[in-house]
Amino acid sequence: MKLIKIDQQSWAAGIEKVKSDYRVFGPVKEKNDHEFKLLEQNEMPDVNCQNTRLSPKSIIYPQSQVMFTYSLDESKDDCRIMKEVENVKSPMAIIGVRPCDALAFPIVRRNFDSPEYQDTYWIKAYEATTFVGLACNSACGTCFCTSAGTGPFGEEGLDVLMIADGDDLYAKSITAKGESFIQAAGWTTEAESAVDSKIDELKTAAESSINSSVATDKIKNKTILELYDAPFWEEEAFACINCGTCTYVCPTCWCFDVQDETHGKSGIRMRNWDSCMFPLFTHHASGHNPRNVKYERLRQRFMHKLKYYVDKYDNGIQCVGCGRCIRLCPVNIDIRKICYKMNSFDAESCVCEATSS
Amino acid sequence: MQNPYLPYPVRIDEIITETEDKSLKTFKFVFLNPADEEKFVYESGQFGELSIPGQGEIPIGIASSPAEKGFIKFTVFKTGKVTSYLHAMKEGEIMGVRGPLGHPFPWKTLEGKNIVIIGGGFAFTTLRSSIISILDPANRSKFKDIHVIYGARSPGMLLYKDELSAWAQRDDINMHITVDGTDDPDWKYLTGFVPTITEQKAPPGSDDTYAIICGPPIMIKFTQPVLDNLGYSYDNIIMSLENRMKCGIGICGRCNIGKEFVCKDGPVFTLSQLNEMPKEY
Repeated sequence: MKLIKIDQQSWAAGIEKVKSDYRVFGPVKEKNDHEFKLLEQNEMPDVNCQNTRLSPKSIIYPQSQVMFTYSLDESKDDCRIMKEVENVKSPMAIIGVRPCDALAFPIVRRNFDSPEYQDTYWIKAYEATTFVGLACNSACGTCFCTSAGTGPFGEEGLDVLMIADGDDLYAKSITAKGESFIQAAGWTTEAESAVDSKIDELKTAAESSINSSVATDKIKNKTILELYDAPFWEEEAFACINCGTCTYVCPTCWCFDVQDETHGKSGIRMRNWDSCMFPLFTHHASGHNPRNVKYERLRQRFMHKLKYYVDKYDNGIQCVGCGRCIRLCPVNIDIRKICYKMNSFDAESCVCEATSS
Repeated sequence: MQNPYLPYPVRIDEIITETEDKSLKTFKFVFLNPADEEKFVYESGQFGELSIPGQGEIPIGIASSPAEKGFIKFTVFKTGKVTSYLHAMKEGEIMGVRGPLGHPFPWKTLEGKNIVIIGGGFAFTTLRSSIISILDPANRSKFKDIHVIYGARSPGMLLYKDELSAWAQRDDINMHITVDGTDDPDWKYLTGFVPTITEQKAPPGSDDTYAIICGPPIMIKFTQPVLDNLGYSYDNIIMSLENRMKCGIGICGRCNIGKEFVCKDGPVFTLSQLNEMPKEY
């Protein structure tokens, strides 16, 4: 695939140009952090941003999303009949997606787009979007993407991968969608072939800047019940306050709640991000709760990402190694440590209450 | 692409109060659009999401049988926000239904087999559907002996009383109707808890005999050892589970037991499947 060189001037011009064909999102400085925002005229994505506080998950899957509208007006023919909200998506482009966040979309897709059921809201937004990635030249201390199915130059989930080298950017289109985006931006200057080896150097340097990892190789060979009954869950959950931060900042957490909101005689049915950390998530109307205690909820989160997903899809873990949950957890719960415990757990040799009785 | 969250509009055609304490009502729904009824192709054991705009949705087992045409029925226990609202609704009112959802009882496997249906309390709805399906003249010859053990606290708490007494008259189904206790001198069926009656009345286990159990956890807990003693293998014990649900189609993430979703992979599981799963239900 040919490599396109983008100098500073054509970068700015290209971004302005694509705004007529796409709704363009990119990282923008917000207080102390960066967030993905819809870029206005003359607003540029900040390619110097290490990574955004939240992943671009919400562009495809909003935190709150209206699904239907309804009327409770008895004089109307459509009283109490759900009506679909208009769900036609114009083309969107997300600029500056880091490879870890990009991998989250194909992971989440397995949930929203299965052979049996297609979540029309997620799929339409996803299909309308071009993912323009930006390779990481250096990692954060909490990054472990290279052991979570991708890497700082990973391409899965992306339509274009951009690589920054000083003031210049190089762009490689990965899909036909990516090709169209580069054309729409008017970027046509082919890079010199000598750049290839420079990029290889950047990639190697980036990969070696990652100094943490998770081992997941032995998880698949253990049974669900062995790991579920492992003795370490209560201890790991001791400090957890079930705040749900890990869920909200996670690019691969997809659970939602559905709620009706009525104002006067009309209303909306909406879905909102939800979290397995919350007791209400599984609370039966009878009062019974299958995950009543906080360690059961913490166990659910990690078992889902590192075991249930692995067994169900046979396609790696439901984690991309972005490290957000590690950085933002108020009580320092670390998925890398829990993954290590799960991977190295040996039910046979464990002499403990949970398994010896 | 069809929106799987969009309910079919239905009209409440009839409401029947089933139990003496009025906590259980059966709602008979008719589809507003006949084409929707054609799409709602179901088998006994599946469930639907009853959808009331402004209140929410609830997963409820389908109590009617595919052998009954022109309507679908759900028997609902008044317990939470949506069910309480539904219990106050009137015949003729409009609401929504999504489905059918989940897997039915394994009817292909059950063909040519003896079936013992064991139910307790209000968990008899999909079992009613199953009995109607089995007794349908087009289906009865596909199955061998049918036993039904159904118990409630008292005679007034039994569901579908008229149908129960009609089935009890038949010679192609063995009905064992029981109550925990009663002072009704006219009570002509059995007295005793479901596990005890199962011990006395259920046929012995064999490769050709399957048990379908739906009931409160306490009933299941005490019935299971009885079936073990009778020689039922775990593959031949079929159960239907419940968990809190929203989407009903395996996407929203809350009803999982291990890697299985009760909504999409269940609600019907064999006991051998359940033994491999965490007890998160």
